Amino acid sequence: MAMARAVYSKLMRAVGEGRFVFTGEVEPLKTADAEGIVRAAERLRDWTVACNVTDNPRARAYMSSVAASHIMQSRTGVEAVCQMTVRDRNRIALQSDILGAAALGIRNVLTMSGDHTTFGDNPQAMPVYDIDTAHFVRMVRLMVDEGCDLAGNRVAGEVGLHVGITGNPNAEPLEMEIMKIEKKVELGAEFMQTQATFDIERAKEFLREMGRLEIPVILGIFPCRSYATAEYLRSSVPGITVPDEFMEQMKRADAAQDRSRQREKIDDVNIEFFSSMIKELRKTERLAGMHVMTIGYERIVKALAEKV
Amino acid sequence: MIITRQKPQEKIDEMVAPYGRVFIVGCGTCATGCGTGGEEQVKAMAQRLGSRAIGWAVVESPCDARINRRDLAARKGELEGADAVLCMACGAGAQAVAEYADKAIIPALDTLFIGKTERLGRYFERCRACADCILLETGGVCPTVRCSKGLINGPCGGQVKGKCEVGDYKNDCAWVLIFNSLKRQNRLDAFRKYRPPKDRSAKARPQELASR
Repeated sequence: MAMARAVYSKLMRAVGEGRFVFTGEVEPLKTADAEGIVRAAERLRDWTVACNVTDNPRARAYMSSVAASHIMQSRTGVEAVCQMTVRDRNRIALQSDILGAAALGIRNVLTMSGDHTTFGDNPQAMPVYDIDTAHFVRMVRLMVDEGCDLAGNRVAGEVGLHVGITGNPNAEPLEMEIMKIEKKVELGAEFMQTQATFDIERAKEFLREMGRLEIPVILGIFPCRSYATAEYLRSSVPGITVPDEFMEQMKRADAAQDRSRQREKIDDVNIEFFSSMIKELRKTERLAGMHVMTIGYERIVKALAEKV
Repeated sequence: MIITRQKPQEKIDEMVAPYGRVFIVGCGTCATGCGTGGEEQVKAMAQRLGSRAIGWAVVESPCDARINRRDLAARKGELEGADAVLCMACGAGAQAVAEYADKAIIPALDTLFIGKTERLGRYFERCRACADCILLETGGVCPTVRCSKGLINGPCGGQVKGKCEVGDYKNDCAWVLIFNSLKRQNRLDAFRKYRPPKDRSAKARPQELASR
């Protein structure tokens, strides 16, 4: 079971102290220019304990998450949760990137399978999947705790970072999802960030199950900066159910004539929905914080953080 | 069975074009089963090639060097007179025929996978020849081949209601099949088990086997 581990990151310190945290998200794109990441991180800085840096989401070949994490940290002071998928790298490259990330001062790594290559902008690519995310968690634990790699070769000096996993409260069957998570917790995963959910009852059920496991859960939410975004989520993102009432309210807010009024109303709908969700969940369940999928809607984090 | 598919005819015509005299070899086993290299398809190919086709044979299993020698010995003259051999078998068959004939080999089929036959013309990939079978632990469903990511410790986040993100949620998520199978058999401890990374060195190419 969980032993007392060293704390390397602000995220894990805050979570360990029982502070309710917000994490945000920035997305490197197909460019060698990091200005966009830096600007997004600056908008999130005061309201998040750390920000995820995505790793070629939807299998699109973008700037490396390790490089972007380092740039974000050094230029804005925002701590990175560096996302790393097993889709594009075999175990040699993953171990190499973990060493590189640790050397660059990256303190949190989020292990992911990664959207399949066939979705991407280079669908002809070979999907790697040499190891899976359970192996990835084990690999990081070996490097951090045992000073060796997956094959048992010695790693010189300390590797100081935390390993996180993803979870999906919307998954069916939920029992299977819980068992999969349990396996990774036993392997030494230290924190979890989840897929976005709008379903409070399902989130409660998920958190209740997670309560048995020794892992802080940062629950994913997806505030919508426009009715179109909500509509896209509802119709095009399988597995996420957006409540009709939320859709209705977004539609009404979207209908406002003047642009700044529209913006304000949309913010209100999001703040109302998600702050009551957070309050409701925190009443009964153990919840370490919220992961706000913020791409392009950074201002909502401040509003939510102030409200809860 | 080794599942094969005939290349587009234009592609075959293009490969055949430089050769005036072509001998055709079919396969009496898998490619016959698939309807891609049996007698019927070999004859149709001979007809299409017209006077270029100087002869044909359906070898019982062209992937077997001994059977090639046995079945093709009587056709030695025709083979020697050919500029190229067009082979309607899998890649293993085509290479064995190439070795025997020592002529330009024209592969008329593409080899797809080791599969299960549902009916003639409908096949499903079921084995990746990973050299480390774990079917007992996975309820008789192979995650190496049926999970689009080949994950061996459980599903990814890409399954929705038991369907896989790859293929637009039409295919079953292998891990949901595995979970349900193990649950029915009251063996969910096998789902919980941590399976270490596969030893890929066992699959370093080219593999060979000398078992006796």
